[in-house]
This record gives sequence, structure tokens and C-alpha cells, in this order.
Amino acid sequence: MVDAVLRTPASSAPLRLRWRNAMRRKSTLAFLMTLPLILLVALLVLYPALYSIHLATLNKSMERFVGLGNFLFLFKRETFWMVVRQSCLFAITAVIFKALIGFIVAHLVHNVPSKGQRKWRGMLLVPWVIPPAMSCLAWLWLFDPSYSALNWVLERFGIAPVAWTGDANWARFSVILVNIWIGAPFFMIMYLAALKSVPEQLYEAAAIDGANWWQRLWFVTLPMMRNIMAITALFSLIVTFANFDIVRILTAGGPIDRTHVFATWAFWVGIQGNDIPLGASVSLFMVPILTVAAVFILRDVHRRASEMS
Amino acid sequence: MLKSKLTRRRLLSTTAAATAAIAMPHVRGAHAAGKLSLGFWDHWVPGANNTTTALVNEWAAKEKVEVSVDYITSQGNKNLLTIAAEAQARSGHDVFQFPTWQPADHANRLDPVDEIMAELIKQNGAVNPTVEYLARADDLMRQHAGIDVVAMYPSGAPPKAEAWTLDAFLKGAEACHKAGFPFGIGLGTTEDNVDTAGAIFQSFGANLVDAKGDIAVKTDSVRQALEFYKKLAQWLPPDAPAWDNASNNKYLIAGKGALIMNPPSAWAVAKRDAPKVAEQLWTHGMPAGPKGRYAPFLPYFYGIWNFSKNRSAAKSLLLYLSQPSAVEKMVNASAGYDLPAFEKLTTFKVWAEESPPKGTLYHYPNPYNHQILSVAAQPAPPKIAVQIYTQAIQTKMVVRFMQGEPLEKTLAWAETEVEGFMRT
Repeated sequence: MVDAVLRTPASSAPLRLRWRNAMRRKSTLAFLMTLPLILLVALLVLYPALYSIHLATLNKSMERFVGLGNFLFLFKRETFWMVVRQSCLFAITAVIFKALIGFIVAHLVHNVPSKGQRKWRGMLLVPWVIPPAMSCLAWLWLFDPSYSALNWVLERFGIAPVAWTGDANWARFSVILVNIWIGAPFFMIMYLAALKSVPEQLYEAAAIDGANWWQRLWFVTLPMMRNIMAITALFSLIVTFANFDIVRILTAGGPIDRTHVFATWAFWVGIQGNDIPLGASVSLFMVPILTVAAVFILRDVHRRASEMS
Repeated sequence: MLKSKLTRRRLLSTTAAATAAIAMPHVRGAHAAGKLSLGFWDHWVPGANNTTTALVNEWAAKEKVEVSVDYITSQGNKNLLTIAAEAQARSGHDVFQFPTWQPADHANRLDPVDEIMAELIKQNGAVNPTVEYLARADDLMRQHAGIDVVAMYPSGAPPKAEAWTLDAFLKGAEACHKAGFPFGIGLGTTEDNVDTAGAIFQSFGANLVDAKGDIAVKTDSVRQALEFYKKLAQWLPPDAPAWDNASNNKYLIAGKGALIMNPPSAWAVAKRDAPKVAEQLWTHGMPAGPKGRYAPFLPYFYGIWNFSKNRSAAKSLLLYLSQPSAVEKMVNASAGYDLPAFEKLTTFKVWAEESPPKGTLYHYPNPYNHQILSVAAQPAPPKIAVQIYTQAIQTKMVVRFMQGEPLEKTLAWAETEVEGFMRT
């Protein structure tokens, strides 16, 4: 009895001490504070991701395990490879133009006197902050076969109406255009932040060395912005690749599947076509493509960060 | 688009697979109790849901069942997403209103209703629902194409449509195009487009897959159907490949076209938004092809999940909702848009009296059975047909061919696609 009484405080004291020390550590605190988010991510991202992998290994009626059968089936489909090409075309073209427009506009805004800059920033962010479903509906009206406002304007100038969503090439142009319209402000704001973080002394030094505008851009601005540019491009590439709403609302993948991207085709096959395992396989096909892109871009960022440090 | 109904063929195929597929319910003598959760299609006609709710509540009070009704929109395929989620979770509503292809796909998750269907057919006649299509008649068709659809489909009398063939249809399309009012037939991937293509293909006997499940893409009948469509497509609006279910309605209401293929929803909207246009609309049947006069039919099914905890009450409710008086109330609430499943229920007053012009919907429920009702991709086995339908293979074939792809290449593409649908 006596032993027990004496031993209890002796054994609990280090435990309490260890607990207190653990709680004092920044890493523990940080982990605890991020735990709700980790749980949320696990619940809303990890579980669905694992579940979709599980679904992708089932047969059409979801009663039998077929391993990689769905993927092998997809590889033999002409439409699937067309969707792969279109997804790449859609994402790469849109990201390039978003980056280009974002870069130019960021420079223009950066050169606006600080007094009026906030207004410009606010206005230019509008396409990005409007819910895409809403802005896409407005674009749908602009492209509408019967009531296209764009065609109405063209007709005023004696130009024949354009089948914006009826012709395969115009439809591709239309969905890419809307994606650029929505996404370019994100690039603009990221690039603007990067521009503002470039030390003014570098430009002064370059000016003293006699560098012209182009040389300042090429040898000072771009190297200083490269990491932000790479990260922004990667982030945008992922989001654009996985885009659903724009294509779904504007063309639903048509005409004759010429604007389908992975997400819309996965929905079409999986939900509308009642073939959920195949739909899951289509959507999972994005993972290796994006993983390769992420590895290359992040490796480059890491390398440059090491060089700079 | 179309609501309710069940073809005999569909009924047999689904019940044979031990599924629950019933169009317009009722059950006598059931002593249901407890709770019942219902997931119904959110009807586009204002007030139509209220009538359904009132009927359900009437039944619930009588049977002392606690009922909750959710109206789920088909916009953005929300209803399909809900069905998929409930099927996966094996939980959700007890009764669901399934769009055309869903009962076959969820056959093993639905409760059989053979016994109540037998009683309903005895009471209401065979399941023989109808869909007819809407045309802008009168002035435009008569003036520019010399086609008098009102004379062909007179209100209160049998159709006199012997001359209403696909050839006459083609000539009408050309004449109306030249007059500046082209036929508004879409070539997109949504229901209106696919249904039209399906009916025309069937009029040529062009089945991509036959009833046994054998591929029949490279046949003369399919070639004939595509050749016909190519001729027709030159008289259609150039952006027809981008049309969805709303495009044809807007086209008609805007006064741009002489004819569209649609149930009378466009007429109902025109009645509200463009009464002058509505006055010129007349609902009539499809033109006949070499293999018959086919009209599209898109049924909705009431289905009882087999994981429902109150299946007896669910059956009782479905039978109650299938009584002629209940059916008539729902048809009236939808201004004649809904079509009952049973052949004895195609002569309600609403179709003869709706106006303007009076009698415009008279032939909509196909009261004289002069059309063969079918779903695009029929008679392929449902699990293959659903893929042909939802992937809109027929309209895609038409667009490929009309845009210059060689016929045999289009057929080869379609054959490959259809082969892919054979997987189990």
C-alpha cells in the first residue's frame, strides 16, 4: 500500500512533465492547430480519392474486381485519346495565355501610380471572384445559337455569324477564351505581388550599368519572379486540367465530343452513362499527368531556391 | 423532359429483372404505417409539384403514414447524382422517380412490383404511353411548305397523315429554309436531339444494336438514315450541333423557325411569354419512314429501393397515385404536359380543351395509336442502349457525316464506340 502511494506521484510526474514539454514545443502546437484541417482534408480529399481508386478497379455493375481492366479498356478507345489531347490542349493553351496576359497586365498595373492602383486591381480581379457558374452562364448567353450578343455585334459590322459552340474549332476557342478570362486575374495578382517584392536597388544597379528596359526585364525581373511564376503555373495547370464547370456549361463537351476534358467526360461516362467505374478511371488518369508536371516544376523551384540560398 | 409512363416492353424487361418500375401507382387494402421518404422529379410546370404533394398528403392521411417529399431537379443531372449516391449508400429515399434509363441500371437494387402492375393494367389498360412532337403549324408550314398540319391532325378526330412521310418532311424543311424559317431540329447530345434522331433512325429500321445485342451499325438501313439526315441537315440552322434542350424552344418562341421536335413545353412557355407565337402552334405526330411512323418516348418511373424500410406503404402510395382521378389531377396540373402510362388514360379533357388554339394538344397523347412509341437505341438491350443514348451516338454520327467525314469512316467509328458499350 505504502509503496503504491509513494510510487504513484513518482511515475506520473515525468509523464506530466513530458506532456508539458511536448505542448511547449512549437511543432506539437502547430500539429494540433492544423489537425482540424488535416482531418478535413482526409475526410473530403483522401477518402474520396481512395474510394475512386477502389471504384476504378470494379466492373461496370460494380460487382467484380477487374484490377486495371478499366484503364486497359480506355486505352483502346479513340474518344479517350481525343479527350487526353483536348485536355492537354485546353490546359496548356489556357495556362500560357493566362500567364502571358497576367504578366503584361501586372506590369501595367505596377506602373499605375499607387493612388489609383487599388481601383485597377479591384476591377481586374472581378472575373476571378465571380462564381464561374454564373459568369459561364453569361458567356453562354453571349455564345447562344439563337440570341448571341457577339453575333449581333458582328452582324452590325456585316460579318457573318459565328457558330461559337456549334463548330468544333470555335467551340474549343470559346471554352479556352472563357477559361483565360476567368483565370488571368489570378496570374495578374500573383505576378503583381512578385513584382512588388523585387528590390528597387537591383533596378538602380542595372540602370547604373546601362541596362535598357528589355535587359532589366530579362536579367532582373524575370529571374526574381521565376519561382512565383512556376508555382502559379503549376497551380493553374492543376486547376485548369481538372476544370469542369466551364466546359460543362458552355458546350457540355460538344460538338461531337470535341471540347470534352477529363472531368466532363468522366461525368458523362460515369454519371450520365451509369458507368461509375469507368468514369472514376477517366478522372484518375489526370493524376499521373499532373504528378509528372508537379515533379518537374517543383524540382526546378527547389533547385533555384537552393542556388539563391 | 417527358414525365411518367412506362412502355409495356420496358415494364416487362424491368419486372423480369426483378426490379421495381411502375408508372403511376396505387394499392388497395394495404395497411401501411410508419414513415416514407419520397424523391420526386422537380416538375418544371409551376404548381405541378403542389398537386403531387396534395395527392401524397391525401394518401398519407388516409393510411396514417408520415411522408416527406423532396423534389429533385433534373437540371445539371442533380437527380442522376442523387440516384447514384443513394444506390452506393443503400440509403436515402424509399421511393424515387427514375428517369428513362435508370431502372434498368439499378434493377438489382429495386423492389419488384409485378403484382400491382397487373392490377393497374387491368384497370387502366396496357402501358402504352405516348409522345408526340410539337410543330409550328398553321401559317408558316402551310404558306411556305404547303403542309397543313391542322388538317392532318384535326382536333377531336383521327389523324389523316398518310402523306406525312419523311420525304414530305424533307421537302417541307427545304421550303421553310428557303423562306427564312428553317426547321429547328438540334443535332446536339441532349434528349430532344437524341430522341429525334432515334425516331428517324427507327423509321428507317436503323438499329445500331439489335434486340439480341448484336452490333448492326454497318447496315443499309443505317446508311439510309444517315443519308436522309445529311440531306435534312443542310436545311437546319448551322449551329444545330450545339443545340441543347432549351435551344429549340428558344428558337421557336423567337419566331425563327417553322417547326421543332419537342413536347408541348415550348408551347406552354410561348403561351406565357409569346402568346402570339403560341396561337400558331399545333402539336402533331412524326412523319413516317420506310419502316413505320416512330415517335420518341421518354418515360419516368417510380421505383422503390429494395433497401426501403417501408415497401408496403410505398407500393400503396404508388398505386394510389396511379388511380385515374389522381393521374388526371397531375396531368391537369402540368397543363397537359405529363402523359399517363396507360392506354385508357389518353383522352382526358385537358388535351382537347387546352388553348390557344383550342385542341392544339389533342393529338399529343397519341389517342389513336397511329405512332409507334419508342426510345432512341431501342431495341438494343437496355444496358447497351443507355450508353448509345447518353453518348448520343446517333446525333454524333449525323454530325460527323454531315461535316464531311466519309460514310464508312463514320460507321467504323460508331461500331468501335458501340463495341465499347458491350462491357459488363
